[in-house]
Amino acid sequence: MIELKSVAYSYGGDAILEGVSLSLAPGSFHFLTGPSGAGKSTVLRLCYMELVPTSGNLSVFGKRAGDMTRDEIARARRRMGVVHQDCQFVDHLSVADNVALPLEVAGHDAGAQAGDLADLLAWVGLGARAQARPPELSGGERQRAALARAVIMSPEIVLADEPTGNVDWEMSLRLLKLLVELNRMGTSVLIATHDLALVRAAKAQVAARVLRIADRGVQLAGADL
Amino acid sequence: MTGPVRWPRALRADTGPGRVVPPSGFTVRLTLLTAGAMAVLAVFALAASLAADRVADRWAEALARTATVRVAAPEGQLEAQVAAALEVLRTTPGVASARRLTQEEEQALLTPWLGPDLPLDALPMPALIEVTEAPGGIDAAGLSARLAGEAPGAVFDDHTRWRAPLVAAAARLRALGLIALALIGGATAAMVALATQAALAANARVIATLRLVGARDAWIARAFVRRFTLRAAAGALAGTAAGMAAVGVLPMGEVDGFLGDLAFQGAEWLWPLAIPPAAAVVAFAATRLAAFRVLGETR
Repeated sequence: MIELKSVAYSYGGDAILEGVSLSLAPGSFHFLTGPSGAGKSTVLRLCYMELVPTSGNLSVFGKRAGDMTRDEIARARRRMGVVHQDCQFVDHLSVADNVALPLEVAGHDAGAQAGDLADLLAWVGLGARAQARPPELSGGERQRAALARAVIMSPEIVLADEPTGNVDWEMSLRLLKLLVELNRMGTSVLIATHDLALVRAAKAQVAARVLRIADRGVQLAGADL
Repeated sequence: MTGPVRWPRALRADTGPGRVVPPSGFTVRLTLLTAGAMAVLAVFALAASLAADRVADRWAEALARTATVRVAAPEGQLEAQVAAALEVLRTTPGVASARRLTQEEEQALLTPWLGPDLPLDALPMPALIEVTEAPGGIDAAGLSARLAGEAPGAVFDDHTRWRAPLVAAAARLRALGLIALALIGGATAAMVALATQAALAANARVIATLRLVGARDAWIARAFVRRFTLRAAAGALAGTAAGMAAVGVLPMGEVDGFLGDLAFQGAEWLWPLAIPPAAAVVAFAATRLAAFRVLGETR
């Protein structure tokens, strides 16, 4: 589905990642851990092709990312659900409109899918906040709205960057449960987090592979997790 | 402090891609004001260009329909040669009328240069015959030859040497008006393109969000193009109305010369109505080019 082979990424002459190899198969559940600044977000941004590898090979849905046109990249992103670290909303649109954005940009009639949208908002516990504006939401509500937007197109993979970064433990478990439910429905999941307690909680629910970023490379984490 | 401006629904750009662009912002207001100001200037340039056109036609027509025969002869022969010249003119095809200018009329012609107290009697003045041509025109060469035979002191002047520079000057005025219109269009395009680039920069976060959910460049560009095209058209509409009102209150026909002709006449009032759609087309093209250029710089 998404495969990185010996990928390196540098920014301003500084190497951020070197020799990273990673394969995200259909239906898999991965955690990517490591301290802040280790390059977790960079790996995710490479996966959804916001960044271009300095060297190595990145293929997404069976096609080399470097060979994709801009329109092909946009179409590939519609097959992914991305939960960005700071959520990223269009602040003057309502929560419902933000969640429905992927439908709109893909040319679907969001109005015709209003029922599904309401169900999805209820699923993430935002049924009563559908008409609120993103700046009016709490941290946890924003994370849930971002998750709802990430899954509305029934993506093949969800890429979540610190999805529990701004929420309390109870909310973290709730969001994790949503991601595990998605995975059980066949969606691949890659979560970048530095929260090892969350990783441990997930391993009790799902067969997750835990990867760690160290020394600019990605390794399989040890049994301590 | 007043609230935000409420746009008519058709201009709100709040349907389709357009609604993802924040509804307010200085770039949108800048586009509105720029388009309005440029439309006012475009109306004035159009009025000046059309007025130059009319003046050129009128000068050309007036000079083309008249001619002058100047008779210069020694004392005692002048009246005989004038009579001979008038007789030649009377029998020349294409001459509608021929009339000798009175002394007062000749004095009036010279007054601007020599003052009102000119003792015309004391000067050896040629006689002037004003000739009005019939629509078919006069055979200038044939008439000159006949005058040379019948009245050797008479010289036929069909105003060609006066008309040509006047017509050329009017044509240049008209060209200047068209150049001004082109410059106004170019300046509008540049301002709208700059405003679009500023709007794209100011909305980098919105664009990043749209990219994240799989929006194509064309979809994002459409959002901005729609917003700026509608605002440019609205601004140009207001500017055109203001410009037409200003031209409409000009003292038409009350002032001699070019200024008296500046107001639109008859069907000419329809010309400025093309300015708002033209501004919309210019804004559409400028916004689209700017949007794709900026969007192409990032992934």
